[in-house]
Amino acid sequence: MSALGNIIKKEMRELLTPAIILPIIFLALIFGSIGNSFGGIEEQISEPPSIGLIVQDTDEFGVLAEGIIRNASKVVFNGTSDQDIEEGLQHIKDDKGDALLVIPPDFTMNIYNNSQGAFTIYWVMHGAGVFETISSASLEGVISLVNYEISKQLVTNQTTVNASVVLYPTQRNEITYFKDLEFPGMSPGVITGVLTSQSIFIPVIMMMIIIMAGNLVITSMAFEKENKTLETLLTLPVKRTSIVAGKITAAAVVGLILAVIYMVGFGNYMTNITGLSSGALPSSLLDAFALTTSDVILIGISLFVTLIAALALCMLLGTMAKNYKSVQSLIFPIVMMNLIPMFLTMFMDFDTLPLGLKILVFGIPFSHPMLAPRALIFNDYLLVVGGIIYVGVFAIIMIALAVWVFKTDRLIVGSTTLRKFSEKFKKR
Amino acid sequence: MAPIVEVQQLVKHFGTTKAVQGISFTIEKGEIFGLIGPNGAGKTTTLRILSTLLQITSGAVTVLGADVTKQAAEVRKHISYLPEDAGAYKTLTGRQYLRFIANFFDAREREATISRGIEIADLDERIDDKVDTYSKGMKRRLLVGRALMTNPDLAILDEPTSGLDVINAQEIRNLIKKTAGEGTTVLLSSHNMLEVEYLCDRIALIDKGILVEQGKPKTMMQKYNAQNIEEVFTKVIQ
Repeated sequence: MSALGNIIKKEMRELLTPAIILPIIFLALIFGSIGNSFGGIEEQISEPPSIGLIVQDTDEFGVLAEGIIRNASKVVFNGTSDQDIEEGLQHIKDDKGDALLVIPPDFTMNIYNNSQGAFTIYWVMHGAGVFETISSASLEGVISLVNYEISKQLVTNQTTVNASVVLYPTQRNEITYFKDLEFPGMSPGVITGVLTSQSIFIPVIMMMIIIMAGNLVITSMAFEKENKTLETLLTLPVKRTSIVAGKITAAAVVGLILAVIYMVGFGNYMTNITGLSSGALPSSLLDAFALTTSDVILIGISLFVTLIAALALCMLLGTMAKNYKSVQSLIFPIVMMNLIPMFLTMFMDFDTLPLGLKILVFGIPFSHPMLAPRALIFNDYLLVVGGIIYVGVFAIIMIALAVWVFKTDRLIVGSTTLRKFSEKFKKR
Repeated sequence: MAPIVEVQQLVKHFGTTKAVQGISFTIEKGEIFGLIGPNGAGKTTTLRILSTLLQITSGAVTVLGADVTKQAAEVRKHISYLPEDAGAYKTLTGRQYLRFIANFFDAREREATISRGIEIADLDERIDDKVDTYSKGMKRRLLVGRALMTNPDLAILDEPTSGLDVINAQEIRNLIKKTAGEGTTVLLSSHNMLEVEYLCDRIALIDKGILVEQGKPKTMMQKYNAQNIEEVFTKVIQ
């Protein structure tokens, strides 16, 4: 074998270890699952909006608007009077439709009288993820087309309607229904924007604390092994639980300090660059989405329990660390377990996720503080309290496992099963 | 008087590897007992078991009457273990490291313990420098100081002079002798047979996990008509 080949073979052996390969396989499976789910979103984008239509105007622009809307949408309910609104709304809710659109009797007349024709749109939101506003956006596209065609007709007919109405012939009165709440004057896009801005801090804080503190725990174990101090520590008259608890607590404190420093910068960025300060949001929505003191306490408990669970998991991973170099691959699953729920909860609503993804998100303990703020706004205490209990149990199991590993030979000599597997792998 | 250490039919397997295969020995109070043998003979595994770091596959091991498996916490109160390639926390100074260790022991004797550690390490003003800046010999002296400063009932020293120059090795050997003279029982391992012959009251020869011979160095040399322990070992193995 050539010198180059010899070096390549040696490097491959060092790099292709189970600690590096397994997280990648795990990641591929997760992305495969998320990809399937996003495939559904692509179908959703190409699908016409599912709406109910109540047409009360039989004049020129009412007929024109109806034709365009029917052509570009899937109309699942038809009505002709105000009495049909309640039934239509229920139909849309039951049918998982997007909106009920009403063309009032004075629609055409108002336009010719130099005031805008007013649609009334009853939006039905099923989830508050960014992707869930896609269907409402496609209906808004249909309405833009109606505006364009009415403008074109007004220009073609050389009417005396004033220029501003010709340019913008319609306006919208909107009411959005979401999780048993009614939001007059708000579109789904505005509500989603507010909810996203309200709940973006928790996932980012959570991710920063866990990654920073988790990295510290794993690094601490790696240093103990690399510096050959672990054996001495384990023979001192100190309980294994004290060693585990001491390392977790120190990492949590340092991780929190680092995260606070980071968040000062991040908060400033969010306020000044993205304009998502609370002052820029509709005050009625801020009131509707305000959290009570007990909600804040629940979020705090959720954050605390999750931090402990994460650090206990990191401690367990840290027991597998051989040296400082191995920290990078060991922290990888923790990073992924943060990123997956963070992005999923940012772009999609937990309630509208497919069952498989729901189980995945619930199963990842780091998801729960990310889900908590939105769930508490809509009084979903079962999800939050259930999440705290689940993460608490997860934390206890992880701590027990870490203490168990500290009591076994594994910490000193590693896993004999893994070693045998690795030796066989290398021989091949 | 009951022995400080009692090892009976100790067996330790790592998967299919048989590291220790049924060894038995006892160590009396105040003795310096040496485990000698080539690399991979099972010396370190035996010391790690006595230090409560490893579980046993079968057999029984007690230290001051406490079972190393069932009463590990009790055993740890009486022992001090110095691993062969031990290190110290690099971000601490020598003094801070000794204090960190002393904090796990009797608070009333803490300052006296640290002073003893500093005296044994004999690093002069360098005791207040970061461990990271120490030479190998200085680091080893600090670790020996750490291991002996608590006046343990049993000091378990794995290759205590490993990698040291002649002067440093001799200083540490003298320290071990002095500590044993003050009442600490010492169990040490070494593949330096001459060192063991000089230091130990009794020795046990291990090869491939089996204890092949044990006794006083002089008696063994007479028995095998050998000039030194190295020769005894060669004859026993053959």
